[in-house]
Amino acid sequence: MASVTLTVNGKSVTRDVDPRTLLVEFLREQLRMTGTHVGCDTTQCGCCTVHVNGEAMKSCTLLAVAVNGATITTIEGLAKGEDLHPMQAAFREHHGLQCGFCTPGMIMSAVDMVRRKGTDLDDKTIREELEGNICRCTGYHNIVKAIHYGAEAMGKAGTAAE
Amino acid sequence: MSGTGIGARVLRKEDFRFITGKGQYTDDVNRYGQAHAVFLRSPHAHAEIRSIKLDAARAMPGVVDIFTGDDLAADKIGGLICGWMIHSKDGSPMKAGAHPALAQGKVRYVGDHVAVVIAETQAQARDAIEKIEVDYKVLSPVVAMADAVKKGAPVIHDVASDNTVYNWSLGDEAGTQAAFAKAAHVTKLDIVNNRLVPNPMEPRAAVGDYDSGTGGFTLYTTSQNPHVARLVLSAFIGIAPEHKLRVIAPDVGGGFGSKIFIYAEETVCVWAAKKVGRPVKWVADRTEAFLSDAHGRDHVTHAEMALDASGKILGLRVKTQANLGAYLSTFSSCVPTYLYAPLLSGQYDIPAIYVEVDGIYTNTAPVDAYRGAGRPEATFVIERMVEVAARELKQDPAAFRRKNFVRSFPHQTPVIMCYDAGDYDAAMTKALEMSDYKNIGARKAASAKKGLLRGIGFSAYIEACGIAPSAAVGSLGAGVGLWESAEVRVNPVGTVEILTGSHSHGQGHETTFAQLVSERLGIPIDNVAIVHGDTDKVQMGMGTYGSRSGAVGMSAISKALDKIEAKAKKVAGFVLEASPDDIEFKDGKFSVRGTDKEIDFGSVALQAYIAHKFNGQELEPGLKESAFWDPTNFTFPAGVHICELEIDPATGVTRIDRWTAVDDFGNVINPMIVEGQVHGGIAQGVGQALLEGAVYDASGQLVTASYMDYSMPRAGDLPSYDVGMTQTACPSNPLGIKGCGEAGAIAAPPAVMNAITDAIGHEGIAMPATPLAVWRAVQKTAPRAAAE
Repeated sequence: MASVTLTVNGKSVTRDVDPRTLLVEFLREQLRMTGTHVGCDTTQCGCCTVHVNGEAMKSCTLLAVAVNGATITTIEGLAKGEDLHPMQAAFREHHGLQCGFCTPGMIMSAVDMVRRKGTDLDDKTIREELEGNICRCTGYHNIVKAIHYGAEAMGKAGTAAE
Repeated sequence: MSGTGIGARVLRKEDFRFITGKGQYTDDVNRYGQAHAVFLRSPHAHAEIRSIKLDAARAMPGVVDIFTGDDLAADKIGGLICGWMIHSKDGSPMKAGAHPALAQGKVRYVGDHVAVVIAETQAQARDAIEKIEVDYKVLSPVVAMADAVKKGAPVIHDVASDNTVYNWSLGDEAGTQAAFAKAAHVTKLDIVNNRLVPNPMEPRAAVGDYDSGTGGFTLYTTSQNPHVARLVLSAFIGIAPEHKLRVIAPDVGGGFGSKIFIYAEETVCVWAAKKVGRPVKWVADRTEAFLSDAHGRDHVTHAEMALDASGKILGLRVKTQANLGAYLSTFSSCVPTYLYAPLLSGQYDIPAIYVEVDGIYTNTAPVDAYRGAGRPEATFVIERMVEVAARELKQDPAAFRRKNFVRSFPHQTPVIMCYDAGDYDAAMTKALEMSDYKNIGARKAASAKKGLLRGIGFSAYIEACGIAPSAAVGSLGAGVGLWESAEVRVNPVGTVEILTGSHSHGQGHETTFAQLVSERLGIPIDNVAIVHGDTDKVQMGMGTYGSRSGAVGMSAISKALDKIEAKAKKVAGFVLEASPDDIEFKDGKFSVRGTDKEIDFGSVALQAYIAHKFNGQELEPGLKESAFWDPTNFTFPAGVHICELEIDPATGVTRIDRWTAVDDFGNVINPMIVEGQVHGGIAQGVGQALLEGAVYDASGQLVTASYMDYSMPRAGDLPSYDVGMTQTACPSNPLGIKGCGEAGAIAAPPAVMNAITDAIGHEGIAMPATPLAVWRAVQKTAPRAAAE
């Protein structure tokens, strides 16, 4: 067993785990935070995207021991109580989700996209930057729209530099 | 219309939990003391199992138990079933081979289920399956349909010595022959409809639980129709009687057909929960999903169209081979027959049609319904044929279609369907305007100047949704009725719970169904809860597929609301001391006609439960009603999609420049949600046309079994969509709804391929039109060839 300590959504947690435990397993099984999903196990679909020390990473191919000591933000840590993060609100406002399974990863990627690319995102940039996130329901039309307006709202709210 | 009623763009009620990570999918369900199941799958496409040695695996750390097909057989657990009987044209029943949940003596495709290991953790179960020793006698596989039907081909099921499930036909052979005899022109085309893997983003999963105190089983599963799962697991597979089996399909992450079916894994998990005395959980990884989810499409077709000199269609003759895989999945048999051939008339007045379909076994994963199920295959045939016929006759593709459109309703086609309402010209006119068709010549010239090939493709599709009238499908071989049920429970304070047999896995029923209730009862939408997906809460239902939840599911709710209104008027009559006949109900208020006496809905609900104002013998207390709705006809959504694209002849890369969709879905409950369904459908159709294809090699190995090998459409592959609507109300249900869930996936593939073949100037390319395929096709200098 290996001891792993992480700060997850602002709270420090320590667990003894099988060394082969993936970060997503640590979150889902050790902490029972099931908002982070597994869609493909091969770093392709992006359903498992979380922020590791502020950067978007796919937690399905990352060993928990490899990020020992890191600060993690998951979809559960984005809203402040009932107050949605602007990107969450934009996905709802623009119907950027249907079944909801890819949505946590989409939102975590989108927030990171704004960190890297700014709050004024054109459609071409958004589509290119979404290469690592697959959605089977929406055809992306409304996801692209949601990220565009979500980015704009993050700019206005001053949440771009999360 | 109120702000939250029918026709309003209401934001989705379900979204808050999904965007905050609080959705509850099957993999998020954890039962106290649960163990984990991992399946040993066949590495061979076709093999006899001589022996299975489990000792080494049993000794592995954490192993709780291991089961094989013998254990299921010893407990008299039946095989998986196919619920739709198809008869061959000679009258003989389809040849359905046995489909055990765990193999008995033979495996028939790569991924077939050999054994299950149940261990303390999923990792330990995975380790242990590596230690199971199976002695296989490898048999020659048949992978391609053409090989399966050759004389002397290896036999997959003893009951079907020619690997043929059925030779089925529909239509008037002699009449069609006569139409061809008088034809001035015959268009011929060979058409392949590529095999797809549905790929909802949530992999399938199951958690089985058994309560030894009550003898009751509970199965949490990724299902589009939990009641059908319970029915099959109970009545046919024999897990437990229905009252001892609860099936819960919680939040489900997309289905697209692939979660209709009752699979081996959930069968084994719920059975094994009793065997090991602990809850048993299984979650597919993505490669397992590729290997064992039912695939879609996979047709090979030759079609011929007879035309007179003016371009009027006289007849259509179609011969299709449909790959059904290694076993008949739950509804597989009806997909290439009754969900396919009856749609081959398209939007056109065709006097004579004859169709033959051979269902073929191969050593590949079972093939069943995938978004559109039979209707995309039919639409691909008729819309490619019409486009090619117009080209051969040198007629404008839009004008050619108009010449042949059905214009009077009801219209009885030669292939079962009776179209009830539509206006195909209206959709065509609107689509031509939205797409700026009149300037396509200038746009083609502009592309040519840049060295690019621009093409435009039409798809004037029709589909049959709202499945379906029970008596009609029963006469065609269905083992079930396809009605829907609803229960409306009004609470004493006037809030409402709707229990529905429809299941939402992305469609937004918690919003649209609540909109109907808000409109009808005049109460805030937040006062309405939609309950679904649990057989202990909802008594019975047939689930969600075939774009049926609006047309059939909401019609059942509407019917139950009629009863609520009638009873509430009686209650109001007692309270207001008036005859129920004099009570009017409008905007949430009951009033006595011609007076100012009124009472609101919530107060009537309270009066119904306290029952102070009436004698409980003359009117029962309470306010709760249920209804079943069995449709009188299919519904017929139709529309025109136009794809315009540019091809770079140097690289073969296709870029879709604009997409115009004009759909007639009848009355629309929530345009925002309907547009989202159209977008998603188009994306899957474009995926089929440009990117996706399941590929087995000659030995039967699935070489496209991950997202690194199977090309899923990503944001950068797709355009934005210009979506418009026309409306003719559907006459066969009280809400006038036709259904929108599958339209895009049905319409899109021929629109793309008609555009690509327009751009390259010949028909010699098949789906998926990858850059390599397009580049090769561009190199062909041969004149337009009728090969695809």
